[in-house]
Amino acid sequence: MILKPSLEDIKIIGFYLGKIILGLAFTMLVPILAGFAFGEVNPALDFLIGLGISAIFGLILTKLCFTEKDLNWMQGMIVVSLAWLAAMVLSAIPLYLSGHFKTFLDTCFETMSGLTTTGLTLVQDLDHLSYTHNLWRHLGPFIGGQGIAIVALSFFVKGSSGAFKLYVGEARDERLAPNVIHTARSIWLISITYLILGTLALGIVGISIGLKPLNAFFHGACVFMAGFDTAGFAPQSQNILYYHSLLFEVTTIIIMLAGALNFNFHYQLWIGNRKEMFKNIESRVFFISIMLTFFVTAIGLSRFGVYPKAVVLFRKGFFQLISGHTTTGYMTIYARQFVNEWGDLALVGLICAMALGGCICSTAGGIKMLRIGIAFKALKEDIKRIILPEKAIVVQKFHHIKEIFLEDKQVRGALLITLAYLILYMLGAVIGMFFGYPFLNSLFESTSAAGNVGFSCGITDASMPTVLKITYIIQMWAGRLEFMSIFTLIGFFAATIKGKRC
Amino acid sequence: MLRKVISYQLLVISLLLCCHALCSAQPISSSELINNAKQYDGKIVVYEGEVIGDVMARGDHAWVNINDGENAIGIWINSSLAKDIAYTGSYKSVGDGIEVTGVFHRACAEHGGDLDIHAQAIRKTTSGRNIREKLNPGKRNFVIVLLGVFCLVWILTLLKRK
Repeated sequence: MILKPSLEDIKIIGFYLGKIILGLAFTMLVPILAGFAFGEVNPALDFLIGLGISAIFGLILTKLCFTEKDLNWMQGMIVVSLAWLAAMVLSAIPLYLSGHFKTFLDTCFETMSGLTTTGLTLVQDLDHLSYTHNLWRHLGPFIGGQGIAIVALSFFVKGSSGAFKLYVGEARDERLAPNVIHTARSIWLISITYLILGTLALGIVGISIGLKPLNAFFHGACVFMAGFDTAGFAPQSQNILYYHSLLFEVTTIIIMLAGALNFNFHYQLWIGNRKEMFKNIESRVFFISIMLTFFVTAIGLSRFGVYPKAVVLFRKGFFQLISGHTTTGYMTIYARQFVNEWGDLALVGLICAMALGGCICSTAGGIKMLRIGIAFKALKEDIKRIILPEKAIVVQKFHHIKEIFLEDKQVRGALLITLAYLILYMLGAVIGMFFGYPFLNSLFESTSAAGNVGFSCGITDASMPTVLKITYIIQMWAGRLEFMSIFTLIGFFAATIKGKRC
Repeated sequence: MLRKVISYQLLVISLLLCCHALCSAQPISSSELINNAKQYDGKIVVYEGEVIGDVMARGDHAWVNINDGENAIGIWINSSLAKDIAYTGSYKSVGDGIEVTGVFHRACAEHGGDLDIHAQAIRKTTSGRNIREKLNPGKRNFVIVLLGVFCLVWILTLLKRK
């Protein structure tokens, strides 16, 4: 029997949702300060409006729904899924006021794309966007990449078991420290340290390739935030092609790879355990997967003679491949070149890379390396069972931070999420085909949205059908939260309508 | 002798025709170039748009990115030609309008496979300018109203707590 949610449930959800919205409002202080520093008064006013609306909304929710009760699993999952929708709408307000978006839906698409670290964009005339708005576009992935709830966990939610439910609801289940609040703070510490180092590195490279110092460091900060958080936004409309620099591309590749690795790797490196990188199942699968998908892509590119030299093929092919596999979406070619020049085989290689994605507990999207590794281990175990005598006991182990025995529960979990991703990729492709786009183009764009990649082969445009925009928004949201929170939200609404009062 | 004269005359006429064709050539849009890159690869094209971002000096050449309203394309230009560019497009300025005549590359072997144009000549079509930002009174008033509402909500919640 399904029970109708009680008023108490709604109050608890509202209270924690309000806290997260207050956390989001608090982050808008960054672009406001930047706006005044850059002398951009109207953009700063846009963010004051955004902050005002968010703060009022958050304040009303926390006061109307005030409670001292802790979250249960269902409430935690619903808070997370609703928080992402609320963040999409509220953070779209200042961007919409910039006048660089055709509709408010386009702005919501942009903010969902940023928060989920996807990188598909519908902004108009990006080359004339203010520093303030551009900073917010790139801050979105930095906040969303770490997790919107983690922002609130770090600053507004006191240590409780409810905090852990919010953390898990955002598709994270690994802890760097015993306490989830300390884990959230450790993630922030790692991210901010990398932000400073990455901005410095990209800023120096930027100056060396001819950017003005202010632009070099601004672009450095933006490209780092969107690169490390595997979002793929860039301050200029040409994306990374704007810089016309091998050095900039190499630096970006390092940042993208760092972003796609499990935060636990970074933490292990942080505490001096370098061996983990070579022993871990995820890093091994990631390496093999990059090699295989690059092989397919390179064969495809060389068969069509897309690039005049092998070195050029490697530079373009490898950059796009790493960008796709880490689910960043940075591009050094134009969107239409994928379809017009790359050929089907290279596109299939790239689609596979996008679909597989990065590591779990990172900002990357896609199915993720640990799940692929577990699926292969399970396959290996089954083959062993067939080959070995019936009485033989087959035990399969894998190394992920520690030695773990493979259990059916892990295999079921990994395969269920993999299946959910595959269905999501195909669903988007079918909807794309419904609007007249060819199968491969639709699958490419759909995988890019659902895998939180951000590559486009030209479908994503302000003029695309509204239904397709909404489809991609849902795909980005579902892909980032890895389904469970969204399934819980759907169940909650179903219970509200069909459930019985207890 | 007569054959020689005729061939010289033909050569001169064809050169003049080429020059005329170049001088009066219509600019090609970035979308046309990107969508039909193979067709234009290695050919001399005319492309026009606004200079955006930074002029990035690289030795005796520079990279300039020109946006025609649809896309921006990188132009590899001699530094002496780049000196004519006074304004580049950003939030606070409108960049110079430039017409570039140069060789289009679908995947430039010299520049790591970039789609670019190697400029042979540039012509400034419009001058850029700085944009003076005026305070938007509507936005300012809305901020004041929101501040008032926020204070009201805050006070009400404080009173409720008491």
